Parts: sequence; structure tokens; C-alpha cells
Amino acid sequence: MNDTVPAIELKGISKAFGPVQANKDISIRVMPGTIHGIIGENGAGKSTLMSILYGFYKADAGEIYISGRKTDIPDSQAAISAGIGMVFQHFKLVQNFTVLENVILGAEEGGLLNNSLSKARKVLKQLAEEYELSVDPDALIEDLSVGHQQRVEILKALYRQADILILDEPTGVLTPAEADHLFRILDNLRAEGKTIILITHKLREIMEITDTVSVMRRGEMTATVKTSETSPEELAELMVGRKVLLRVDKKPATPGEKLLEIKDLRHVDDHGVERLKGISLDLRAGEILGIAGVAGNGQSALLEVLGGYADATGSVKLRGQELPLSGPGSDGSARREAGIGHVPEDRHHEGLILDYTAWENAIFGYHRDAQYQKGLLMDHDAIRKDAEGKIERFDVRPANCNLAAKNFSGGNQQKIVLAREIERNPDVLLIGQPTRGVDIGAIEFIHQQIVRLRDEGKAILLVSVELDEIFALSDRIAVMFDGQIMGFRDPAETDQRELGLLMAGVTNTKEASHG
Amino acid sequence: MDFLTLLQVLDSTVRLATPLLLACLAGLYSERAGVFDIGLEGKMLAAAFLSAGVAYVTGSVWLGLFAGIAASVALSAIHGLASITFRGNQLISGVAINFLAAGLTVLIAQNWFKQGGRTPSLIGGGRWENITLPFAETLSGVPVLGPIYAELISGHSLLVYVAFAMVPLTWWILFRTRFGLRLRAVGEAPEAVDTAGVSVVGLRFAAVGICGILCGIAGSYLATGLQAGFVKDMTAGRGFIALAALIFAKWRPWYALGACLLFGLLQAVALRYQNIDLGGVVIPVQVMDALPYILTVVILAGFVGKAIPPRAGGEPYVKER
Repeated sequence: MNDTVPAIELKGISKAFGPVQANKDISIRVMPGTIHGIIGENGAGKSTLMSILYGFYKADAGEIYISGRKTDIPDSQAAISAGIGMVFQHFKLVQNFTVLENVILGAEEGGLLNNSLSKARKVLKQLAEEYELSVDPDALIEDLSVGHQQRVEILKALYRQADILILDEPTGVLTPAEADHLFRILDNLRAEGKTIILITHKLREIMEITDTVSVMRRGEMTATVKTSETSPEELAELMVGRKVLLRVDKKPATPGEKLLEIKDLRHVDDHGVERLKGISLDLRAGEILGIAGVAGNGQSALLEVLGGYADATGSVKLRGQELPLSGPGSDGSARREAGIGHVPEDRHHEGLILDYTAWENAIFGYHRDAQYQKGLLMDHDAIRKDAEGKIERFDVRPANCNLAAKNFSGGNQQKIVLAREIERNPDVLLIGQPTRGVDIGAIEFIHQQIVRLRDEGKAILLVSVELDEIFALSDRIAVMFDGQIMGFRDPAETDQRELGLLMAGVTNTKEASHG
Repeated sequence: MDFLTLLQVLDSTVRLATPLLLACLAGLYSERAGVFDIGLEGKMLAAAFLSAGVAYVTGSVWLGLFAGIAASVALSAIHGLASITFRGNQLISGVAINFLAAGLTVLIAQNWFKQGGRTPSLIGGGRWENITLPFAETLSGVPVLGPIYAELISGHSLLVYVAFAMVPLTWWILFRTRFGLRLRAVGEAPEAVDTAGVSVVGLRFAAVGICGILCGIAGSYLATGLQAGFVKDMTAGRGFIALAALIFAKWRPWYALGACLLFGLLQAVALRYQNIDLGGVVIPVQVMDALPYILTVVILAGFVGKAIPPRAGGEPYVKER
């Protein structure tokens, strides 16, 4: 392949959805045999751009050149024949098909399956050896781990002889070890001359693996730079358009009395799966306890139980007072009354009612409070005034409490939820994924609020799948795996690698890290 | 019960299971592709009417069959247009088709034949003849196996054999061909099919089309095979029993055969013994009629394994960003 002809060149791509200009005159050159990162905040237009490249959308204007040839990509079929493969953030796999069936789907040889299946089996074996991409070809997708499912997606693209691979937020669902393995695979692919586009919002990944990086902001490509000549700080500034503080400024914690004592907490979910297998932990005033772990290892269940919408057995004491874990007095409003605030993990489903206005959302869970009542009716004026205050103090934009919650950006939605829970002055605050889908500018603000609350002597239980966030905020870290706590660590005395092993269920990390 | 009575009940089971089996397989194609179809009943009814009408007028059962299939496929096209192209609600579209068929058949029949919403009785070439398989006469003297061959296996109309042959054929298509792989995939994860560069709309229309053809055959069999002519509401809920059988069969062809034979047997018994006397307790015929539905409820409640429908069933496919 000629090194001077870009593998992909986009010229002047524009795309609008109604009044929203998702992509504005975007031009980009991706050289063959490189890993090109595209970084930008949510809604910056990264995914739209890649969808245009994969034939999901038609650009309003602009041209696409593949290896120097002008190429029209009206649908996915055209993208595939142009040698483009895409690994979506949400995998496009048939859950109850085998790996082989998923790989051949749409790329079968002839009308009968036998030949295709045996050919795919051979090809998969080769690919597995070449790129460390081994997956059991006869396993059902639903039985595979997320990391393996992602490998199937990559295999699908390679089976279709893709030379250009686009990965959209590939590490969001992976353990650190799985992410490392993915990066090794990408390294191997690059060594074989494949071109890779990596879309992400994680600065660390960009710095670690890409050769070149393009930054997008509000639909525009603001810069393309060599990774070796830039820094995370510069990239963050390019993404947001102003200087941002990547590190959280905080003093050492001064833990006080034990506020929350949890002993042998167990929870079985609706499907009969034991999600919590005997959790015990203490939470002190004035500290942030970070719970690290790959999504789906019981962290959600822990928040649900403590937040009062899942039953459990065991013991939870708040200021020495036993809290009921099932039956009357164990619901969400009882917990809030007892002084446990809760910022749920899934703000779209648990934190907000998206179709309701901001002022309505700003009182949910506290809507029975006397200050909001006027006889039998709710006192709308008081509620609105209350909401306006919260919006101002938490810098929610736009500052309009009559807008429906769905019309705010992710970061501003999260500020509404935070304002609701924090302003009620709880003793204990449960926070799940505080910055998921939140732009960098808002992350800074949210982190500052959490630290401020800690400094006021509140106890904070933070659940996050982002290790960077856990490290930035926590005074103590607990790692969850398979419904259990694998251990507690001091953030100053541990590292990503050790936590990564704990998150994968390996307990004797000292030995593992030396051997 | 003597051997001959048993054979007669089983023989009637085969006949009664045939329209169920065809409709059930029709639903299987459609639902495996992610398009729920409660309009099986309406499609069968339309096919029954038009096949009987055309067969009466032309005297050709084959022309009747084609007309029946055409009527059913036309309704399928409406269902496809509403639920695939325009992404409407599949249940509502299906209900509409049932009402449309129930009303239109009687209206047109009255206007056409003036016999109170029915077609005249079919005679001669207007009905399917029973096929006597080779050696049925000669072998009927052989004990046990002879009568089984002569009475049970031989002596049905062509469509009965077509229906039973559809079972292995459907299995083969679904699990051994490219079309089948894609069909199953589009009912489970249309986004996977779409990103693989295959048309979701095309596949679903193909499935709905096959569903129309099979429902057409089922309806034609009712009016020109099982009975001799069309009468108002002659499908009598068979489309819904077929749906029940489909759930019972967990959307699998061979299980569908078993489920339809079971439900056919229940109908055959109900037809032969109006009230079953079990030494003091009399089971009224209505209980037998209700049994398929009761069994389905039992299945759905999870007592006999779990019936997991195709994951994308009932949802129109909308490309996401």
C-alpha cells in the first residue's frame, strides 16, 4: 500500500438533522497502517461522522475517498465492499446464534450454510493465531463475556476482509485487562497494515495507542495532531474550548464517626441470581468510598438495596440505628427521610422522568414535604421557586425550569439530580456513575460538588466503572467482583493494574503483579 | 374403543391438524422474522372464501387454490405495508385484517351468490379428491399395519400431504440455508442483519409473503378440502389455535407438528364425542374446545418449559444512531 495516499479521506462532510448541524464541513485524512483517534464530547458529532462512513446516513455534502478513489457509500453493503468494518458501541450480534453463524451472516457463500460454516471455521482459526483473537467458534454469543463478544465483532469485520476498522467507544464495557488485550489486538492489526479509527472520550486511551488524533467539538473538527506531540491537557482544552482541570483538587480526608455500617448484605434478583453475596463495609463521615468494578458485578444491586428499592437480608445501620431491608419502612422515601440521598446510576430511568419538566424533576422523592404543599394541592409556586434556586446554584444550562428534562444535555440532567439530592443535606449520599455521558466541563463541576460535600462531613458512597474517576475522588477504594468485595485499597498505595486484577476476581494481587 | 374407532379418530385428527399446521408454519415464518401476526385467522378466512368462490365458478380446485393464495397474500401485503414499511403496530394491523376478512367475505359472498353469505356447495372438480396411495387396497388385509396405511396414511387430499411435507422443508430452510439464517437473525437482532449489509425490510417482506402463501393454502384446504364450500366464519378460531400451537411449539417446526397434531386430536375427540362421560363426571364439549387455549396459558405461565419468542418480535426496525 502506498504510504502517501490516505486510506480514508473525507472532504467537506456536512450533515444536519433538522435544525441541528451534527457535522460541519469536516475534512480528515487517515493514513494506512495507523491508528487514528477521534475524540470529542458526547454530541460532538463523532458517531454521526462514522455512521456516514459506514453508510448509515447520507451526508448532505462532501466526498469520501477510500485509498485515493472517490467512493459512494449509500448503505452498509457498500461500506463493507469498500473494505470498511465497524465495531459498534452496542454490539450488533444475534444473541442465540453461535460465533460462526454471526460471522457468516450476510457474508455467506452460496445458498446453503455448510460450505460457509466450514470455511469460516478455518478462517477464524487463522485469524485467532494471527491476532490473538481466539474465540470458541461454536459458543453461543449469550454465553460469552463482553470482551469475547467484542472479539466476535472484530472477527466479523476481518472475515469480510476489512482493511479499515472503526471502533466506537470500544473499552466502555471492558475490564482493564480486557482493554489491554484489545489494544494488543489493535497493535497486531496495525502491524499487518490495517487502518484503525478509534472513537473515544477517554484521553488516556488516545495517548496510549493512537498515532494521530482528531478532536471534534460541536460538529466541527477543531484539530488534528500527532499524538506524540500533544498532551491530555491540550486535548481536553481542544475538546471543551477552554482550560479544564483534569485533576480533582482536594485536601486529604478527615474521616469522622461511622455513619453507615453494612454487615453481610445479601440480595437475590428477580431472576433468582444472587447479586450480593455478603457485603460488609463501613462508611465514615467526611470520606468518599469508591466502589470499583466492571459493570454488572453487584454494584447496581448495592445501590438499589441502600437506596430502598430492592429487598435484601443482612444488616445496615445508619448512625447505629438498624434500617429495615424489606417490608414497610424500606422504601426509597423512608431512606431519604432517614438521611440517605441517592443519585442513581441510570439517570434516564431512575433519576429523572424525562418527559417531566425540570421543576417537577427537582422535587421527586421529596414531593411529600410540607414546604411543597398547599392544603390538598401542591404549591406550584413554591416548587418552582425552589427549583429556580437549585438551577442557579448548580449552574444548570439553560436556566429554564419549564423545559422537559429530556431537553437538557447529559451533564445538565445530572446537575438537576445532584441538586435535588445534595440540597436536601443528606448524611449519606449514594452516587452511581456520576459522570456517565457527561461532558468534561460538567465533570469538573460535579467532581467539585462531591468533594465539597465530603469536606462538609458527609459520607459518600461512589460507584463508578471509570477507574480514573475512582482514583480521582476516592479516599478509600473497595473493589467488587461477582457480588463480593474483593478488598479495600488506599488509592495512594495501589494502581490501575492491581485494581484491574481485583476487578477480574484475582485476590492475591501482590503475587500476580510480581509473577 | 376398538381399533377401527381409534383409527377413525386419528384419521380425523390428521385432517383437522392440516389447516392448523399450515397456519402455524405460516406464523412461524412471519414471527421468526420478527413480525407478529395475529391476522392468520383473517387470511385463512379470506383464502377460504375466494378459493371456494373461484372453485365453484370455474369448477377448478386448482384455480380456487391460486385465488385463495392470492387473497391471503394480498392481506399479507397490507400487514407488511402497515407494520414493516410504515412501522405501525403489528397487533393492531393484525386485528384490522381479521375484521376486514370477517366482514368482506360475507359481504362479497352475499352479493355474489345470494345465499346468505355462503358459497354454493362444491361438487366434483371443485373439491380436492382424496388420493389413494399405491397398494392401499392390497395391503389393507395385513393386520394392524395394513389398516394404518390404508386408513390413516392413505386417502387424504393433496394439501394434507403438502402440509406435512412442509415441516421438514421448513426445518431445512430455517437451519440449513442462507435464507433461513438471515430470517432467524432478522427476528432476533435486525440491527445485526442491517449492519451486515442485508436488507431488513426485504427479508421481513419475504417472510410475510411466505406466511401469506401458507395461510392461503390453509384457507383453501378448509373450504375445498375439509368442507365443500365457504360458510360465514368457517375458520372458527383456527388462526388463533395455530398461534397457540406456535407458542406451544416454541417457534420450532417439528414441535409445531406435535402441537398441531395434539390440538387436532382434541378437535377430533370433541367432534366425535360431544360430551365425554367419565363414569359419573361428564366433560362438556366446550372443555375440549377450550383445551388448546388452556394448554397455552399453562405454557406461558412457565409450567412446561419456557417459551421465548424471537427477541425482536413485534418491534418495527428503526435504524439507531
